[in-house]
Amino acid sequence: MSAASPAEPAAPSAAIDHPGAQALVTRHRLRWWEAPPWLAALAFYFAYPAYLGFGAELLTTILFALSLDLALGYAGIITLGHAAFFGAGAYTVGMLAYYEIWNEPLGGLALAALAAAAVGLLSGLVLLRTRGLTLLMLTLCTMALLQESANMARAYTGGFDGLPGLNITPVFGVFEFNPLYANTQYLYALGVLFVCFVFVRTLIYSPFGQSLTGIRENLLRMRAIGAPVRWRLVVCYTISAALAGIAGGLWAQTNAYVNLSALDLDRAATVFIVLILGGYGRLYGAFIGAVAYLALEHFLAKVYPTAWQLGLGLLLVLIALFARNGIIGLGETLWRRYTARRGAP
Amino acid sequence: MDFLTNVVGILLGGLSAGTVLFIVSVGPSVHMGLMGFINLAHGAFAMFGGYVIVLAMNRAHVPFIAALALGFVATAALSVVLERTLYRRLYRAGELDQVLFTIGLIFIFIACAILVVGPESQTLQLPAELGGQLNLGFMQYRTYSIFLIVVGLLIAIGISLVFERTRIGAQIRATVDNRRMTESLGIDVDRLFTITFAFGSGMAGIGGGLGAEFLGLDPQYGLKYLVYFLIAVSVGGLGSLIGVYYAALILGVLDFVLKLYLPKGGTMFLYALTILLLLWRPQGLFGRKET
Repeated sequence: MSAASPAEPAAPSAAIDHPGAQALVTRHRLRWWEAPPWLAALAFYFAYPAYLGFGAELLTTILFALSLDLALGYAGIITLGHAAFFGAGAYTVGMLAYYEIWNEPLGGLALAALAAAAVGLLSGLVLLRTRGLTLLMLTLCTMALLQESANMARAYTGGFDGLPGLNITPVFGVFEFNPLYANTQYLYALGVLFVCFVFVRTLIYSPFGQSLTGIRENLLRMRAIGAPVRWRLVVCYTISAALAGIAGGLWAQTNAYVNLSALDLDRAATVFIVLILGGYGRLYGAFIGAVAYLALEHFLAKVYPTAWQLGLGLLLVLIALFARNGIIGLGETLWRRYTARRGAP
Repeated sequence: MDFLTNVVGILLGGLSAGTVLFIVSVGPSVHMGLMGFINLAHGAFAMFGGYVIVLAMNRAHVPFIAALALGFVATAALSVVLERTLYRRLYRAGELDQVLFTIGLIFIFIACAILVVGPESQTLQLPAELGGQLNLGFMQYRTYSIFLIVVGLLIAIGISLVFERTRIGAQIRATVDNRRMTESLGIDVDRLFTITFAFGSGMAGIGGGLGAEFLGLDPQYGLKYLVYFLIAVSVGGLGSLIGVYYAALILGVLDFVLKLYLPKGGTMFLYALTILLLLWRPQGLFGRKET
């Protein structure tokens, strides 16, 4: 007994020294390559003052894709209806501002998050019992239902034309949204994205985030070890919905309008494509995907709309067939090959 | 009498729309049931077949029935090529990749349709014998709608006979029930997939052509009716022939009635109903419970 006791404290430390264990213990730490995306976002502000409107749209898309990543990439909930929450957030901000009930931007975002979270919780409670095609259909129908309701309630939502000319008060009462120069919009979107990103990053490295990955990888085993699978999924779906609602609110505020396109199948499909293009289940997939997609769309789609659609289709097919983890996954494979070759001789 | 005529008219209109929905969706439903493969692109195959049929009739003046056969063969041939080269690589992949792949296919079909044929909508010129009105004894109704309903019924009966009475039908049923056991018995499941996929896509092509008269036919077809096709498949139950037939007909009639009496927001009820039904029976009306 006494002979074994000195060895016991040594064993865990030896286990921690193991490279695999080290990777697990330190996986949440900040890496050097996490700084460049944010520095690039700041540099963009100074380098391209004429494109800040586009930049704000880009940041909003990143946030939207990040919210989808939480549900689809981490928890494995296959949804084609995420625009439902984007739209819920956008219409919350839009209607409150249009009818002069609440014009302050940050509070508006909080309310948008709440409204979208409510939609996410209510739909998640019933939808997440199902899987596969049924789940896909249910998310799709929920979104279509919301869009039809928004279209029906023309007296309040403006119907197809939406609500234009929203009056949003300055951020913190100081920084005003100028429709011509999107400086404030850009920095505001960047700040919101950063806060949300830190939240998501903390969440996915927490035990909760780990259990989501477990549910995605093997539902049966997670059930077997006694994880409350359905509740985890519902909570994750609700959080993801709230983030999508913030993205929608941000979109309504920076554009100063809201219309039915916020709830479109097009928007849901686009964010789906953006995320997969960048690489799902990876924090920065949303960033890479949004930059690649929007830059291509911005410069190609307006000149050659048909070629853009053809190219996009081919790209999706190629990704589905050969690059399952998107651009980031491709980069990781190349990097691993490069380091393996360098390490070999 | 007047009321009766109204009801019958609505029923016939809805049934003919539902029939088209059935013809487009039956193949994909069986294929999805066989494979567990989520295919969002069957509307695109319907569009392809529709284009072949309509263009053959309008530009090459091929007779109606021959054009339908041509549409079937062309769509089936295209689908065999796609199945052999692309689809089969994804049978074992996750749902995510399948959704992504088929969305990509839709985009490619849209772009190709715009490039090859042009963005404008195509119209189907019905042959004279189908264009008029048919005397039903107590009322007149469009011959083409009656023709569609009869054709749909014949197709449903034909396919169910193949399903119930032939060797290949038995093999398909066995595969839907238990794929690994069927493979162990030495049945070439791979070949079965290709055959059902080709046949189903060919049917979808015919459906695209038959429906062009009132659904229209333009490059966005595959996206525009995607939700309807998916509702028919998922409400009917994957791999269930009877299920898709009933689901498509109910959907057609409901849609017709709602558009007539509730032109604003009628589709809302359709979506709500679908949600409720899928929550009540996630496997669809006639689907088998997932094991």
